[in-house]
Amino acid sequence: MPSVRFTRNIQRHVECPTLDVPGATLGEVLNAYFAGNQRARGYVLEDDGRLRKHMAVFIDGRQIEDRDTLSDAVSANAVVDVVQSLSGG
Amino acid sequence: MMATPRCYVSTRKGLFTFERNAAGWAIARAAFIGDNVTLVMHDPRSGDLIAALNHGHFGNKLHRSRDGGATWTEIATPKYPEKPADYQPKMPVEGMPVVDWSLKLIWALKPGGASEPGVIWCGTLPGGLFKSEDGGDSWAINRELWDDPLREQWFGGGADHPGIHSICVDPRDARHVKIGVSCGGVWTTRDGGKSWKVTAKGMRAAFMPPDKQYEENVQDPHMVAQCRSNPDVLWVQHHNGIFKSTDGASTWNELTGITPSSFGFAVAVHPGDPDTAWFVPGTSDEKRCPTDGRVVVNRTRDGGKTFETITRGLPQQHAYDLVFRHALDVDDQGRTLMFGSTTGSLWVSEDGGDSWQALSSNLPPVYAVTFEKSA
Repeated sequence: MPSVRFTRNIQRHVECPTLDVPGATLGEVLNAYFAGNQRARGYVLEDDGRLRKHMAVFIDGRQIEDRDTLSDAVSANAVVDVVQSLSGG
Repeated sequence: MMATPRCYVSTRKGLFTFERNAAGWAIARAAFIGDNVTLVMHDPRSGDLIAALNHGHFGNKLHRSRDGGATWTEIATPKYPEKPADYQPKMPVEGMPVVDWSLKLIWALKPGGASEPGVIWCGTLPGGLFKSEDGGDSWAINRELWDDPLREQWFGGGADHPGIHSICVDPRDARHVKIGVSCGGVWTTRDGGKSWKVTAKGMRAAFMPPDKQYEENVQDPHMVAQCRSNPDVLWVQHHNGIFKSTDGASTWNELTGITPSSFGFAVAVHPGDPDTAWFVPGTSDEKRCPTDGRVVVNRTRDGGKTFETITRGLPQQHAYDLVFRHALDVDDQGRTLMFGSTTGSLWVSEDGGDSWQALSSNLPPVYAVTFEKSA
């Protein structure tokens, strides 16, 4: 299963441990993660499900292309990094 | 025994609770150090405190304290409804339509009436009004206002999106609520939010083309303040002047001839005297700093016929403090006032504004000043 890691900066607001969760797209992977951590969803996604403006996601080191519907493919052994942009500080 | 007078100062880098002890006002507690606290609400019915935080990267959150600010717990955040798939935004008068149905900023928090414990109103950018009926555990957007075709014509004033910054709950009837919108005028419901009407007749928007200057839905009231003992009297610091209503917002009159300026953001009205109100003026909208580098407070005590410009205790040379709309407040006796600035100054007056004393010149930028008030 893909593994999801979160920026250290988010941890002081809401605990987000690294977890392996199922899913073949970024949207599916994040939904699976947030199903067990509902509070974290609002820290990463806008109300309408888009990635927050000043957040960034990498799949195996490659920045995602679809920030709106999170359709980027995620392979079975991928590592997903959810980090904050340097913008927006 | 009287409760300790207390005032909450929300800043870019934390929340500071000031208390009045025998020696004067001093910081008794600091919370959320390093975080952007944009607003605090004290609920006189329950004693609850609710703080709005804007984490930038991580969005806006609400935290509640039920022990006077000793401990805080994150509570639900207002969430915008899902946008219909076939939604086509209409272009407002200027600026961009609200295409993102997503919370941008929590800009107003107000307890409901004494008759409805647990009710809290919340104004936001991009123009959604939310209501909680359980002390902030859950929120629902007011669909009646959100679905009003006129709401789609609201536009940002300063910010990129329109927002609700003022909420006035009539102490005589909690169903009677008024909101201030930048930019969208003043709106009124008399049935608890089931129906709304724009009530900005008489306001003038100098920033609009001549034939649109008196349109009610384009007005930019920066702040709306309602007199507690005479709720039909409302004062507005507007983008281009000071306006007053004595008939519950049915009509508004512009007050003119005010020096050094009628521009500003903040207004406070005496809770027991509708003729007394305070303003912190600045040089007009294109500069937004004190006129001639002098921080002053303008006060009227005759309903706006005359204004006096108070300088005692305030810096009169090279001071460039801007006072945001929520950063001036008066206590429930109408005697103690406090205001804070973008450059981290905080002043208090304990004589109705006659004289002022600096409590700090080193705070982070001040967004809101909120006295603890009785029910």
